[in-house]
Amino acid sequence: MNFSWMAWTLPTALFFITIALLLVGMGIWEYVSPGGNPRIGILRFETTRGDRLFVSLLGSAFIHLAWLGFGGGQHLWWALALSVVYAVGVFRYV
Amino acid sequence: MEKTWNNKAWFMVLPVLVLVAFSAVIPLMTVVNYSVQDTFGNNEFFWAGTDWYVEVLTSDRFWDALTRNLIFSAIILAIEIPLGIIIALNMPKKGLGVPVCLVLMALPLLIPWNVVGTIWQVFGRVDIGLLGHTLEALGINYNYVQNPIDAWVTLIVMDVWHWTSLVVLLCYAGLVSIPDAYYQAAKIDGASRWSVFRYIQLPKMKRVLLIAFLLRFMDSFMIYTEPFVVTGGGPGNSTTFLSIDLVKMAIGQFDLGPAAALSIIYFLIVLLLSWIFYTVMTTSDAQS
Repeated sequence: MNFSWMAWTLPTALFFITIALLLVGMGIWEYVSPGGNPRIGILRFETTRGDRLFVSLLGSAFIHLAWLGFGGGQHLWWALALSVVYAVGVFRYV
Repeated sequence: MEKTWNNKAWFMVLPVLVLVAFSAVIPLMTVVNYSVQDTFGNNEFFWAGTDWYVEVLTSDRFWDALTRNLIFSAIILAIEIPLGIIIALNMPKKGLGVPVCLVLMALPLLIPWNVVGTIWQVFGRVDIGLLGHTLEALGINYNYVQNPIDAWVTLIVMDVWHWTSLVVLLCYAGLVSIPDAYYQAAKIDGASRWSVFRYIQLPKMKRVLLIAFLLRFMDSFMIYTEPFVVTGGGPGNSTTFLSIDLVKMAIGQFDLGPAAALSIIYFLIVLLLSWIFYTVMTTSDAQS
């Protein structure tokens, strides 16, 4: 099967593989510890760990967009580092 | 009774997963791939990295279109939701009037979007259109082709005409599901018309209102066909929303890389705003 029309590149492939691995990881986590661990965090509404992953990924996307918009696309690894810190914060406190 | 646990349900979900994969996930992946590359056709691509994202995010063109989109959606929601509730409250609950009203309400929803655009394009014309001609006869200087305010008013009135019915039908479905016992109890307590609405009807409509709000927000934020047919994004760029700008960029200019980057940013904005609305409304629902 030829997927050249999808114009794959190594970075985008790695990006989607990471997302897929995150989802598989969440599936395994749910299998080991069912129920989604619902709790009310600092945002004052109930979130499961799936919600927290969604908030982490969406927030990370906007951190990267803000970095690109205001920083001109330089040193994008800092945006990634900031996103990881943000995601840890979300999983810890939200 | 003990629940039976098995994994057969996953097979039931499989067709939806396959459908979503082909209709959403694979196209989205392709757009992401395009957004980091440049192409001149012939299936040849050149790595561009994050250049297109920077170009889009630092352009006035993007921010102007986004602002227009947000203003349009805010106006649409501010008109259609209250108007939909008012019409639903005043619709008959029994008798012959029910099917008549329901059919009348459903009619605008049955008309294809490009036809709606064409209807309003003709309707608003000063030379042959009923609306344009009447306004001119009344001495009102109306020309949606030349005046940006007239173009905006035309688009807003057209969207209200086309989509308020959806809000009405959803609210009406919520209203008819309220048991008579609630109204009888309110009557015994001597509740006013406002109290009945505030404490019985509005809470019972909350879930359908959430759906109406989300559907109307997403639809108005992604509006394309009607303004494209009526104004084509003009006069000037006054009605060029993100979707129209996106098509101009992708098909008009064949700038597939920037258009793909704009698509991803657009998608993320819709996702974020929808999530915020959904979370706020479901959280307040759970608290009440």
